[in-house]
Amino acid sequence: MVADRSLADGRVAVYRHPLIVRITHWVNALCLLLLLMSGLQILNAHPALDWGETSRFAHPLIVFGSGHGPAFPTWITLPGWQDLARGRRWHFFFAWVFVANGFIYAVYALASGRIRWTLLPSAAQLRHIGQSLIEHLRLRFPHGDEARQYNVLQKLLYLAVLFGLLPLMVLTGLTMSPGMDARLHVLTALFGGRQSARTVHFVTASALVLFFLIHILAVLAAGPLTEMRSIVTGWFVIKPDRKSS
Amino acid sequence: MTVPAGMNRRRWLQRALAVAGGLALSACDRIAQSNGVNATLNVAEGWTQHAQRLLLGRHALAPEYSESEISRDFRANGSTNPDSDEYQQLAQGNFAAWRLEIGGLVQRPMSLSLAELRGMPARTQITRHDCVEGWSCIGKWTGTPLSALLSLAQLQAGARYLAFYCADTLELSLDGTGQYYESIDLIDAMHPQTILAYDMNDAPLPVPHGAPLRLRVERQLGYKMAKYIMRIEAIDSFSSIGRGKGGYWEDRGYQWYAGI
Repeated sequence: MVADRSLADGRVAVYRHPLIVRITHWVNALCLLLLLMSGLQILNAHPALDWGETSRFAHPLIVFGSGHGPAFPTWITLPGWQDLARGRRWHFFFAWVFVANGFIYAVYALASGRIRWTLLPSAAQLRHIGQSLIEHLRLRFPHGDEARQYNVLQKLLYLAVLFGLLPLMVLTGLTMSPGMDARLHVLTALFGGRQSARTVHFVTASALVLFFLIHILAVLAAGPLTEMRSIVTGWFVIKPDRKSS
Repeated sequence: MTVPAGMNRRRWLQRALAVAGGLALSACDRIAQSNGVNATLNVAEGWTQHAQRLLLGRHALAPEYSESEISRDFRANGSTNPDSDEYQQLAQGNFAAWRLEIGGLVQRPMSLSLAELRGMPARTQITRHDCVEGWSCIGKWTGTPLSALLSLAQLQAGARYLAFYCADTLELSLDGTGQYYESIDLIDAMHPQTILAYDMNDAPLPVPHGAPLRLRVERQLGYKMAKYIMRIEAIDSFSSIGRGKGGYWEDRGYQWYAGI
């Protein structure tokens, strides 16, 4: 443990994010942005989603766009013009970086006990989840000693993203590979077919975008400067508890 | 006055954001257009190929399906009717005059008619066809295992790939690089599900799907599975064919190893 530092006005700086967490956080953020943009480029090649193994061209589950021009505008795709070949290059390169980065984080977080100490909610926290939800909706964030640990909603959301959504992106992505399908057809069966996996891939990506928006809103509401400082330098500054001051 | 000042500031902010956004977008485009960046990104193709070869080995089979799962609207992509006079004449004669040439680095070059291919031991498989665009269809394919033909033709020691030359031209060009071709290595060539299909869904292969003969390489994407095959050559390198990347779409930026 790195010792706390006392600052002026009773504020305390706690070392919240070790270097490896900060690095993997930002590599992950970059990968997710590039994967989203190149993923939309790939989706533009066949902007429809289906359920099952095969595509129903006449009646797909969902169709994007009007059929004229790219379904997703080129300012949000990578590259910024319609080019499936280059989109795939970006996507698969950063998919490898994303998986390697996630692996490093997961090994560190499990081996160091970070999952247990910082992400698993305590029984007491789970009991007060309703109250915590109300406080969050009022944009009231904890101060003082309470701010030393993640809030229960934060913990559950991070766990769901880290061990739910992100692995689901990898698994549904691998399921779409005709090569991997020869070895991991059990995955294809699990998702209900290749086209279902493609649909789940898209829905999970959309859920990650939603998480990103919540994450950014929470950072803005909780104090963008101190939050940004903590994920860049590791040091999170806690204001003194209003009641005690 | 605060209001005009605020308006000014807002207008200034909007303009700054537009400039920054434009710069970011054009920087993105410049990065995406750079050949160096493209080449760097492409190292991932090697990682994918090595990882999949390690996991799949030579023999892992692509899943096969039941008759009831066959797609009723199997999409035909790329060329759907080669327009050369030679091909049109062959098609009018029901491909009776068509012959498959097998040459290059083989001990015994061969020329086979469709009837001769049909007389050889065949394999039938119901498999899923995955297009690089993202869609999938299931079809039933009957054809000659490529490994059986190679054991007849006998590869020479230096042979490392098979090149498939096709009757269709996807892009008109002076140097002939618009002609469709593909290449696979010997691991895929010898795979039990790699066949030269002449039947689709129990009927002769229709023209939109590559009549009279198309390749099935079930563990890769659709563009690897050359249609309208005219000639097969065993080669030691594909660097002197087309633009040197191993296939029509590979020459246009797509991965040679299309297992993902």
